[in-house]
This record gives sequence, C-alpha cells and structure tokens, in this order.
Amino acid sequence: MNYDQILCKRVADVPPSGIRKFFDIVSEMQDVISLSVGEPDFHTPWAYTDAAIYSLRHGHTHYTSNWGLMELRRQIARYEAERFGVEYNPANEILVTVGASEGIDLAMRAIIEPGDEVIVPDPSYVSYMPCISFAGGTCVTVPTCQEDGFKLRPEALQAAITPKTKALILPYPNNPTGAVMRKEDLEAIARVLEGTNILVISDEIYAELTYGDQPHVSFASIPGMWERTVTLNGFSKAFAMTGWRMGYACGPRILMAVMCKIHQYTMLCAPISGQYAALEGLKVGFENGFADVRRMVDAYDRRRRMMVEGLRAAGLKCHEPMGAFYVFPSIRETGLTSQKFCERLLMEKQVAVVPGDAFGSLGEGHIRCSCAASNQNIAEAVKRIGEFVRSL
Amino acid sequence: MKRTEMGILEILTEDARTPVSQIAVMLGETEEDVAKIIARLEKQRIILKYPALINWERVEIEEVEAVIEVRVTPQRGEGFDAIAEQIYRFEEVESVYLMSGGYDLMVTLKASTIKQLALFVAEKLSTLEHVISTATHFVLKKYKDQGVIMDETPEDRRLKVTP
Repeated sequence: MNYDQILCKRVADVPPSGIRKFFDIVSEMQDVISLSVGEPDFHTPWAYTDAAIYSLRHGHTHYTSNWGLMELRRQIARYEAERFGVEYNPANEILVTVGASEGIDLAMRAIIEPGDEVIVPDPSYVSYMPCISFAGGTCVTVPTCQEDGFKLRPEALQAAITPKTKALILPYPNNPTGAVMRKEDLEAIARVLEGTNILVISDEIYAELTYGDQPHVSFASIPGMWERTVTLNGFSKAFAMTGWRMGYACGPRILMAVMCKIHQYTMLCAPISGQYAALEGLKVGFENGFADVRRMVDAYDRRRRMMVEGLRAAGLKCHEPMGAFYVFPSIRETGLTSQKFCERLLMEKQVAVVPGDAFGSLGEGHIRCSCAASNQNIAEAVKRIGEFVRSL
Repeated sequence: MKRTEMGILEILTEDARTPVSQIAVMLGETEEDVAKIIARLEKQRIILKYPALINWERVEIEEVEAVIEVRVTPQRGEGFDAIAEQIYRFEEVESVYLMSGGYDLMVTLKASTIKQLALFVAEKLSTLEHVISTATHFVLKKYKDQGVIMDETPEDRRLKVTP
C-alpha cells in the first residue's frame, strides 16, 4: 500500500499536537506533580452521576432527538438567558453536542469553503487550527501579548481581516492564557465587525470560571452581535463533566440547522446518559444557585492566586489570569525555549507543565500551569519551579 | 459574614494546618490582616479548635461508640437547656444535639467496652430527673464522617497531560 496516495493531504499536513511528545514522556514517569492537566480535578457532583445511573436503570438507552433532549435544551435556554442574558429558542437554536469540541468542528464545516480564512487569536486552544484545516480553510492568527493581558485588540483584528475572512473564533476566557474580554473589549471587537459579513464563533466553555467581581460577558449579548454569533459552551469545565462529553452550540436558526445537519449524519446525537447528567446539573443549579459551580470556582480562584504568587516568587513574569484555570508565565528570561524548559523541569524536578508553543507560535516563551491540582501539589510545584529557575 | 472571613473558615475547615501566609495569598489579603481575623474568630469562639479527622477504626484500640436518643421533659423557664447541660457535662459524652422529631436530644458517647457504655446510660443518663426514656444504638461502622469517605484513597484518574 502506498498510504501517501491514500491519506488526505490537508489532514496529513496538520502538524502533530505539541503536547504529544511531552505526554509520552510524562506518562512513563512516576511521582510527577502534574500541572499540565486541562480538566477539573473535581469529580462530577454525585447528584448528576446519580441522575445518569437512574436514567440507565429506567431504560433510557436509546437515541435522542438529533438536537438533544428537549428538556435539556429548555434548561440550557434558561441557563443562557439567566446567566448571560442571551435568548435562544430551544426548538431550533440550541444543539446539544459531543463536548464543545464537536461544536468547533461543526461550526467550521458548516461555513468553510476551500480557501476561506478564519481568524484565531494566538495563543489559543489547540483544536481551532486543525478543525479549520480539516474543513479546508486557512487559519489566520492574530497576535495577543502578555503586556496586553492577552486580550484580542480591535486594531490587530482589523489588520487580519481580508476579503476571504469568513469567521473569527473568540475563545474567552482563554485557554492557555486565562485572558478574559470585558464588555468594553467586546464592544470594540463588535465595532470592527459591524458592516462585515464575518461570523463569530464564541467559545465560552470557561464562562463560569471568571474571578473577581465582573462576571463573564457573552459576545452574543453585545447589541447587534446575536445574529452573527455561534456560542459554544458545555458542561466539561464548570460542571466537572469532561468525560461525559457534553457540550452545546447556540445561534441563529439557519446556522444551527446546518450544524445540526452535519451532526445528524456524523454523530446522530450526544450520548443520552450524559444528557441526563447535564440536565440534572442545570436543575440542581437553578435550585441551589449553582452552589457546586461556585464551590469549584472559589477553589480555582484561591489556587490561581497561590500559583501566580508562587511563580512570581520563582522569578517568572506572570500576568494575573482572570478566567479559566491556567496561569501562563513567561520563561523568556531563562533563555530556554518552552519545550526545553518543560523537559528539563520534568527531568530535574519532576514537575510537568505544558510548553506554551503547543498553543500557537506566540505561546513560545511561556509555559501553561493548570490550577486544577491540589493546594499541596501547587505549593510544592511552584517551590520546585523556583529551585529550577534559580539553578539555571 | 464577610467574604474574607468565610474564605478563612472554609480553608481552615479543609486543612487546619494551612499556614497563615498561604491563606493570605489564596484570598488576596495581607498576612497581618488574616492573622488578625483568625485571632478575632478564635476570641469570638467561632473557631473553637483545630482537630485532625482520624479514622479510629484503623487504630488498634478497644473503643465503642453509641448514639443515644433521649426523650426528656422540658423545664419551665429553661426549656431543654438545663437538662442538656446535665448531660453534656459528663466527659464521656462526645456531643449533644437538640433534635426535631420523635425524640429530643441526640447524645453520642464513647467508652472502652459495651458494658461500660451501657452502664453509663443505665446509671447516669436514664436516672437523670426529667429523662423519660433512652434508646441506645451502637455504631458498627462509619462510612463517611465530616464529608470524608473513610475507606477511599483519593486517586487522580485523569491523564497526566491534556490540552
């Protein structure tokens, strides 16, 4: 077999994940303190798991509507309206997906023609570029920087727009930088987009995980932006449900119908047990004011402060993340590349962090440290990082 | 109660050995302010003690524990407080709660042997004036105590690196 002739070039051309090699090394090692995990260390609250078990016991083991359980969509509509002030019709504007990840893929495939450009802030989560490429599009990155708190600036966005620009991916709160976009930041972006035909894919999976007094602002809530926005969200992060693979996409009916068409033929529906678990998460949340979410957010907030303080004490320049659960310090002054820093830190101090270049070329010179770890592990890890930096 | 004070109480409830310096960082306060608040909370008897949560079943000692339902006659002007005090003053008594429902006081007791414990109930508790009846339940196994599952070792089942 000549596989080269068989394999799709645009898939083969996507470089392997920047964390793959690193993952292989870490997996072989014992007694590593890992700050390189992009998922909550909390278990799914038992009430949600119990609801899924109950659903299984009662024979809910079949397909659901392509769109997802109607009751779940109704609760999602209520959640989006009450938490973020955005109204969606559960009948045809909300699609339950297999994690927010599927939503990214669906959105890209729904809109991209060969040669279309999609703008992505750099650094950002690892999936956007590959999903754009798989769909036949071109990923155009917009630089964001530490001095700016890694926010997307309107002038940088403006400079990246060409006649081929079809969409902007707006991933805030951001993985890996922890950056958030405040209302005024989003309004500035909206002003750039007004009068264009550019769609916004707003990945708001970390919406609940924001710190300080200012809550998350959904891009679709900015006046005039609803019609050009597909909002992606899900239960993985705030509800500690990563393995259940429960996400959703919301947006104008015409767009959602196309995304649902792809979803219908490729996925059919999101797993039913996960849908029941997510439904319980929302129901319980509305009853107790999202106490589970608040408890976890408080814990991340405290660890985030420990991490920032510890990394600064270790001699690394570090901006304060106001969202997600990552801290993204600069390691430039050590003279090492991100990859080298991470490899040596792992070998010499048994602490695993993710090299920043895994998230885009502008992530080079940074490392991503996850706060989804115990207080003890964070305290010990930053101590070791300090020892390592001083030894250089 | 203010957010900082609640934060301190939550952190100490989770781990009473958390250093003041770390609590200060976690809450974004100064060390001095946190130390002051803790001192005040102690003085106000909001923080009473900094105990460890121990799984005594894994310690090789002879010990029995019982929960006793006590029905009493409340006294004029004193309600249940006076009789409760007559019970909680005994060192053997671990806790005394006033309950709603079918009985009045829930008393937990510890002793070295069943006989010792039963004798305490028979001789000290039942004979108190105003105690109408007692029902003793021996604790056979503790599955979960103060939010901690006793026989479960926390285990991180996540992949070590994920994007």
